[in-house]
Amino acid sequence: MAEALTAHGDHGGPHAHHPDLQHHFDTLEQQHEAATLGMWLFLITEVLFFGGLFLAYMLYRVWYPVAWAEASRELDITLGAFNTAVLIGSSLTMAMGVRAAQTGKQRATVVWILLTMALGLVFLIVKYFEYKEKFEHHHVPGVNFMFEGPQAGPAQIYFSLYFLMTGLHATHMIIGFFIMAVIAWMAHKKRFTPEWYTPVEISGLYWHFVDIVWIFLFPLLYLVDRAGHFA
Amino acid sequence: MAGHISPKSTYYAIFAALMVLTAITVAVAFVNLGSFNFPVALGIAITKATLVILFFMHARYSSKLTKLFVGTAFFFLAILLTLTMTDYLSRGMKTYPGGAAGSGYGVRTP
Amino acid sequence: MAMSITQPRVDYLNHEHTLASWLLTKDHKRIGILYLLVVTAAFFVGGLFATLLRLELATPAGDYVAADTYNKLFTMHGVTMVFFVLIPAVPTILGNFVLPLMLGAKDVAFPKINLLSWYIFTTGFLFTVYAMVSGGVDTGWTFYTPYSSRASNTNVMATGLGVFITGFSSILTGLNFMVTIHRMRAPGLTWFRLPLFVWAIYATSLVQILGTPVIAITVLALAIERFLHFGIFDAALGGDPVLFQHMFWFYSHPAVYIMILPPMGAISEVIATFSRKTIFGYSFVAFSSLAIAIFGFLVWAHHMFVSGISVYSALVFSFLTYAVAIPSAIKVFNWTATLYRGAIWLQAPMMWALAFIGLFLIGGLTGIFTASLGIDVHLHDTYFVVAHFHFIMVGGAIMGYFAGLHYWWPKITGRMYSDIWAKVAAIIVFCGFNLTFGPQFILGYLGMPRRYWAYPPEFQTLNVLSSAGASILAVGYILVGIYLVASLFWGKVAGDNPWHATGLEWTTQSPPLPHNFETQPIVTEDAYEYAVREVKVG
Repeated sequence: MAEALTAHGDHGGPHAHHPDLQHHFDTLEQQHEAATLGMWLFLITEVLFFGGLFLAYMLYRVWYPVAWAEASRELDITLGAFNTAVLIGSSLTMAMGVRAAQTGKQRATVVWILLTMALGLVFLIVKYFEYKEKFEHHHVPGVNFMFEGPQAGPAQIYFSLYFLMTGLHATHMIIGFFIMAVIAWMAHKKRFTPEWYTPVEISGLYWHFVDIVWIFLFPLLYLVDRAGHFA
Repeated sequence: MAGHISPKSTYYAIFAALMVLTAITVAVAFVNLGSFNFPVALGIAITKATLVILFFMHARYSSKLTKLFVGTAFFFLAILLTLTMTDYLSRGMKTYPGGAAGSGYGVRTP
Repeated sequence: MAMSITQPRVDYLNHEHTLASWLLTKDHKRIGILYLLVVTAAFFVGGLFATLLRLELATPAGDYVAADTYNKLFTMHGVTMVFFVLIPAVPTILGNFVLPLMLGAKDVAFPKINLLSWYIFTTGFLFTVYAMVSGGVDTGWTFYTPYSSRASNTNVMATGLGVFITGFSSILTGLNFMVTIHRMRAPGLTWFRLPLFVWAIYATSLVQILGTPVIAITVLALAIERFLHFGIFDAALGGDPVLFQHMFWFYSHPAVYIMILPPMGAISEVIATFSRKTIFGYSFVAFSSLAIAIFGFLVWAHHMFVSGISVYSALVFSFLTYAVAIPSAIKVFNWTATLYRGAIWLQAPMMWALAFIGLFLIGGLTGIFTASLGIDVHLHDTYFVVAHFHFIMVGGAIMGYFAGLHYWWPKITGRMYSDIWAKVAAIIVFCGFNLTFGPQFILGYLGMPRRYWAYPPEFQTLNVLSSAGASILAVGYILVGIYLVASLFWGKVAGDNPWHATGLEWTTQSPPLPHNFETQPIVTEDAYEYAVREVKVG
């Protein structure tokens, strides 16, 4: 592999043999741009991935507004709003973490990432309690589902979508949590410099995306009808 | 090689804006605006998402290509949603006066 | 300057020999070969299912296999061919190998992710094969609800999960290629100097990125509905089974453009080289690739005209379907104009390419028939549709793949295959193909439904012709395999540029160096500058 590099040509400059420069790229700049473009493309796929569920949600909300209203009221708005604040806070800490990496502040980077992870964990714990409550009220779709009134059928569709959408979101958060653990460890090992902090930035993009999904899930699932349109 | 470095104050300001918007969306949910409740909630969510994308994700300071990619994602999501709904929203429509109404399956009257 | 051509001393094939150097490679060229192995295996598996079902269809009665088995055969034939042959073939094999070379790059943007793509693909394939041999699936490759979600007692979930896993491979490959094209072009290689194969791969990658996630969530939702009884497609709860079809076809229609755009790109390369001419209307062909990719997302419900969608939306989709045919037609016009007054050099790749143009034309035109709402009501789910899509998929996509494979084989392996045998095989495949699928247009027009295990006796003659054609087609494909493998051992050494073609990939040795180029190429001319070259060929 070593001899292959001599065919690379002499670009000179301070980045020609930077240890983080992968050999198929010419400059760190090009590598950084490629990585961020790649992550944005991946996030496009995630928009369409969640998008399918948003389609199903929209269709059935148009068809069953009463069921949607009744089922949505079964969700705890306080916990939902709290979780929204927690996730927005974690986006703030994430952005600060990227900034710390950009400015070479190694320890601050670790601290902000750990804070992000902590807030993410809080979110997941609250979610656990929400799911537990749903389970106890027999709102989990399937053979044990129970819902009073004539809206039981569509309400089960609502809860199917609730669990699919929040479950998929929670899965992404868990994955994000582990990604952040890796980034925190790398930051702890002082791997990042103002010249190369790409993993922090692209993990940040992923984390913000997961926040954005929740920004939509919260009103769509928790705030369908709190003003008694159909009561 | 450094990308754009935002001042901390920018991040705190955006955070504050997001929290305010969250509070508004919860408060407005308890006010009966009729059929405007949903567009208002959605509009606030879109505003919040835009702030996160532009400032936390640095899209505002990124290349035109990045901005194009972001727009493309939502454009195609919009196609998925709207073209599908052309089916569901027109299922009850008759094809000629006094005539059959398409398949009629799934037509719901609120 | 006459000089005997010798094999280069160091190339990407011989510089490392261990199994680990293959299984842990980051070299896009080796990854292309790894894909070649799995996709070829999948082609044989899909072909085996086709053989069995054509055997059943040789007689009107259902006497060869049980009805349930027949349902499994056409389902598994479809799943294998669509997801493990047609979608991956040209992008992962030819695209992986040729794209960085065409761009003057050392590799794709994310070589490790490229290898991961292959592992995901192979895992998905093995998982799906396991699902098929341990019980099979009988829902049709389209997995329509409610049969797939409620009634079928076959391995729906396992197959669905196999497809789900494989989708990630497609997404990662598309992502890799898009970033590579955006950020790793050689100095001087502006967008409008790119070979048209690159435009085709770019358009394909766009479709992979935007479309594949939707089928992923659809299949996931189906699996969860089956497993946990979450009922978003369940009519008993008030759900709509047709919603599944909307979500499924949102991807699966653009998927057919994933299948056809890269072979079209290969055809552009072959036509230019073997007419010794630049492609007529280069920018039209380039933009038509993008147009097909984008418009392809607007037409999906033409698969659902008789499923119960509203007449008004059916009209909208029918109109849009006519529109999407236009960019494809533009390509055919431009290839034809390229051939006109070209210096035609009828080597094997060109024969496959010419076959492509004719067969794709027929397939495309018959698509126009089915795009018409009134006609489709009668033709839907008949053999007419089966013939239409096989003309595009086999007569188009597979022929285009073979054209590209024959064109770039000398670059990939450093060897030439036997031109005579390649031409014979092309003719056999062409004849076998037409005999197999031509009669199916008539069968469909006469009313024979698809996915039927038995049929009225008056359809037997045409079915026997079709099955006979299938056996000839099989012979042709096996022949291709034989002489290509033989070329590895006994083929003539190819040299850098046996076709005297333009394009950066032909400026480096065959097989290429591990890092592709000795020095960074710099581009100063447009693609296909044949006018400035004077080389006597043939």
